[in-house]
Amino acid sequence: MIDPLFILEAVVNGILLGGVLALLALGLNLIFGVIDIIWIAYVDLVMLCMYAMYFMVTVYHWPIVLAGVGSLVLGAVLGLLVHILIISPILSSPPINQLLATGGLLFFIQSFATLLWSTDHRSVRVNLPVLEVGGIFISFPRLISFALALLAMIGLYLFLTRTFVGTAIRAVSQDRDATALMGANPLRLYLVTSAVGGAMAGIAGALLIIQYAVHPYFGSAFGPLTFMICVLGGLGSMFGAFVAAFIMSQVISVGGVLISTEMGYVVAFVIFIVLMFVRPGGIFAKRT
Amino acid sequence: MSWGRLLGGLVIAFLAVEPFLPLGRMREYLVHVIVQIFIWSFIGGAWSLMGRFGLVSLGHGAFLGVGAYATCLLWNFFGMTPWIGGLVAVLLTVALAVVIGYPCSRFQVVGHYFGLVTLAVSEVIRLLIIAERDWTGGSLGVSLKPAPSDSSIWALQFADKRVFYYIAMALWLAGLWVWVRVDRSMASRAMEAIGEDETAAASVGIHVTRFKLGITMLSAALTAMGGVMLVQYLAYANPDTMSGIGVSLRIVFAVVLGGMYSLLGSSVGTALTIALSEFLRIYFGIKLIGIAETIYGLVLILCIIFLPSGIYGSIREALRRRSSGTAPA
Repeated sequence: MIDPLFILEAVVNGILLGGVLALLALGLNLIFGVIDIIWIAYVDLVMLCMYAMYFMVTVYHWPIVLAGVGSLVLGAVLGLLVHILIISPILSSPPINQLLATGGLLFFIQSFATLLWSTDHRSVRVNLPVLEVGGIFISFPRLISFALALLAMIGLYLFLTRTFVGTAIRAVSQDRDATALMGANPLRLYLVTSAVGGAMAGIAGALLIIQYAVHPYFGSAFGPLTFMICVLGGLGSMFGAFVAAFIMSQVISVGGVLISTEMGYVVAFVIFIVLMFVRPGGIFAKRT
Repeated sequence: MSWGRLLGGLVIAFLAVEPFLPLGRMREYLVHVIVQIFIWSFIGGAWSLMGRFGLVSLGHGAFLGVGAYATCLLWNFFGMTPWIGGLVAVLLTVALAVVIGYPCSRFQVVGHYFGLVTLAVSEVIRLLIIAERDWTGGSLGVSLKPAPSDSSIWALQFADKRVFYYIAMALWLAGLWVWVRVDRSMASRAMEAIGEDETAAASVGIHVTRFKLGITMLSAALTAMGGVMLVQYLAYANPDTMSGIGVSLRIVFAVVLGGMYSLLGSSVGTALTIALSEFLRIYFGIKLIGIAETIYGLVLILCIIFLPSGIYGSIREALRRRSSGTAPA
């Protein structure tokens, strides 16, 4: 029998992991909902930002907050580059070509990272204590990441609901043609969306590097999971992605403790597949 | 098009006699590369049976993995001949295809959603292979136990690669034959209609679920056969080279590069991608780890952007345009 405290600890860790996963999923889902393209390589952009954080903090000794801002900016620039160089030439291509173009980007980024930095695992050491609450150990960096991820998501929410550009972005995701008729330029909004989605990747990278070691195949570990969360919550639905992230992170975290890490993921993916059959439009979709 | 015919004839003649050409050490290597091209072309063709009708599956890594691992483990642990083990593997894969394909077609899981559900399936299989490491060797992979004698038909293992060469070639030709049969059948028309608009297809009396499930089962069965062939030839299976998102993407890449709406598209695409990665691997050797894959990824992106209908498709279009341009009006 496993000590209930272990399970409780897994639940807490699951919630903390859920925060960062939700941030990842929201960034991807924003792009997904607005441009209607799956960036298969999204988490690989996160990986690049993690490397950037590593170099800024460990090699060039920047203060970590400044490095975080740098990572955010880098993420936004990468998002813009991906959109301008790869997505915009194929906006009118069949969906499979769009999917494969970002798939090619995935191979490119992974192997380019291998070429530049080899397959060594690198991590940023943050000297922060481990909290003990009633026999449960909570890592302080994770707690901070969770809080910052929540803040970033609130920021995104405010941006989308309180600013003109944000409103226009939501309008595009509802009806592209009608938005164009209202005088907003979808192509310009795509650029803004890609930059914001990229910035989310940058923030996620900054928060992930203080909990996990980065390596060129980091994207393969979190990538499929991020897509599943987006789809589970309903493509383009921010609230859905947020809830789905916590469901998946709980399954993975608790399943990982009860059975094994791989089986935790297997159970999460199987739940995803089954839920897709029951509710093809995501967990919050209205039944048709 | 007579130049095309001539070229085609030359390629066929070369493929038929290649294993006996006096090329020294080069011959063995060429045999190895061409066998892989045959098998992966066959798998790509199996994928395109679904892909051309709008069923973009990222789950073929799962079918491949089940086919390869089932055969390999049945032989290793129970001594079951691949002739029967392969059949069991194909049946298992078809069962998996039904479990996934039936709800997908029944509940109209299409487009992005279909792609991501199948992607989840291929990740599930990859993780299961890694998790069951007592049986499968986990991420280290598993080797096929050598047969008692050097080359045995019973174990489907041959020391002479040329035997595999002709088996793989036969498999490839059989795959092309299936492709043509499907292409010319009524089912192909029905599937095209379904790919365009499911509701409209159903309204003219096409049984949408039955056709989609049928083509999925066929595609999965062929992919599993490819997996059986691959594991018999390589005598080694690894979760990352036999299942998961990477393999699924590679299959799709090759087919889309070649062009999925033509008979030879997937073969041309596979031959080119394998040739490219082999060339890069040899050219760079172990000097710059990762550069070969980097260039590979870059070429793929460029091809997708600039040759949207695939290499083979684009060449054919260009030829047609030229011949129609030079012909007297």
